[in-house]
Amino acid sequence: MLTTNLILILVVLSNLKLLGSSRLGASIRVVAAQGVVLGMLPILAHMNELSVRFAVLAVGTIALKGVVFPWFLFRAVREAEVTREIEPYVGYVASLVVGVLALGVSFWMCTRLPMPEAIASPWLAPVALFSIFAGLFLIISRKRAVSQVLGFLVLENGIYTFGVGVAARTPLLVEAGVLLDVFVAVFVMGITIFHISREFDHIEIDRLSTLKD
Amino acid sequence: MNAISLIPLLLALVLSPLLLGVINRTKAIFAGRCGQPLLQIYSDLWKLLQKGAVYSRTTTWIFRAGPMIGLAAVLTAVMLMPLGKCPALLAFPGDFLLFIGLLGLMRFFTVVAALDTGSSFEGMGASREVFFSALTEPALFVVLLTLAQQTGQFSLTAMFAPVSNAHWLHSGPVLALVVLALMIVLLAENARIPVDDPNTHLELTMVHEVMVLDHSGPDLAFILYSAALKLWLFAALVVGIVLPVTDSAWLNLLLAVGGMFVIAVIVGVIESVMARLRLPVVPQLLVGAGAFAAVAFLLGLT
Repeated sequence: MLTTNLILILVVLSNLKLLGSSRLGASIRVVAAQGVVLGMLPILAHMNELSVRFAVLAVGTIALKGVVFPWFLFRAVREAEVTREIEPYVGYVASLVVGVLALGVSFWMCTRLPMPEAIASPWLAPVALFSIFAGLFLIISRKRAVSQVLGFLVLENGIYTFGVGVAARTPLLVEAGVLLDVFVAVFVMGITIFHISREFDHIEIDRLSTLKD
Repeated sequence: MNAISLIPLLLALVLSPLLLGVINRTKAIFAGRCGQPLLQIYSDLWKLLQKGAVYSRTTTWIFRAGPMIGLAAVLTAVMLMPLGKCPALLAFPGDFLLFIGLLGLMRFFTVVAALDTGSSFEGMGASREVFFSALTEPALFVVLLTLAQQTGQFSLTAMFAPVSNAHWLHSGPVLALVVLALMIVLLAENARIPVDDPNTHLELTMVHEVMVLDHSGPDLAFILYSAALKLWLFAALVVGIVLPVTDSAWLNLLLAVGGMFVIAVIVGVIESVMARLRLPVVPQLLVGAGAFAAVAFLLGLT
């Protein structure tokens, strides 16, 4: 219970750090750390009913989110030779304030949501919702294509957090399928970023919208 | 009100300048210097009190009243502050609002006195001080609100009395976030290094020091002493939360006083290993402290 809560707080703090951080490399590391921490969640949340499938889920998540994605994103940043600044549309302080408001909204929403069954921690659903909000906000408020991938990963982490809380009801196949989807998505996005930067010498999304064929 | 409530007040009055001495000594050890004597601040205060004050002809009574009102406000705030489960001299429901208000009053008069001199440097310092405090004050507010909501009490004495080992076991993460936010607020409110540099005398970079440039003699002694008391107050807030509770009242008090000096050492270490932040980054840190406090409050609700 306590370790689960600790992990959830780490997730909240890392989301806030992402909202307030200006460096691309640091953001990638934070998302990687978030992935590793979340990977341990299925084991800790279901300590009393430990089984092979939770172990498989944890190892797969940690390997993918903690090692493969960061390596891939760092490679994309290096190959595309983008500057390491994030360049937000919404400033860092304003983003932090939005983040705290989003946390408040998600706590309020979860008091209105009837939970089908007992979940691992009362904070789990609000934190999952907050991750989803934070991910969406990162996607719409940052200029760099790489930070959009990061926003997508945070969004997925939110869905994953919620999924783990009710993991006793979701089959392993569904979880594995989601992980595979995310892997393919990041893979494709990484390659796309590389190709866009090679064609157009930049990966700023506001300038991409002016490209018409 | 009983005799034992006088102990926190007397301890604060006597020991608070020593906190500054401990910070200076820690910094000196880190820098490989011998450093000034631990009791240097007392000598400074004594020396300043012997001197006469010099007043510029452009200043009015506000400039003279500033240090006195500041000291009076912070002394009243000290009376509200319990230490080591020892009740404060004054305690009533809602006194934490008065506590924040008194600190605000002290800051207001420091700022107004600085503006009264008509110096452009002091105006700049005043503007920065007000800007930063606009960000730290909400953080402090939410921190105390979280404590009030965790303990169900609305007076500082009653609020800190039930915070104990069992409380940490039950809602440790919330309290840890509160302590983290409180430490950042402590550094910012007391003009310590990541926000302001207490040693610098380059007018362009300082915040608190530049506001008191024109004060001299007893006025400066009052300001120095108020600053020491303010540091004592914030350290007492942190100690009140993290202190391990024992059965013996005297042991509690001893631990609390020890804790105060541990915090002074921590502040000294932070000052030695960190550089001062760039001015545009400071608001980010302070909003971050507010965010920690808000997260703690929200997590504490459920």
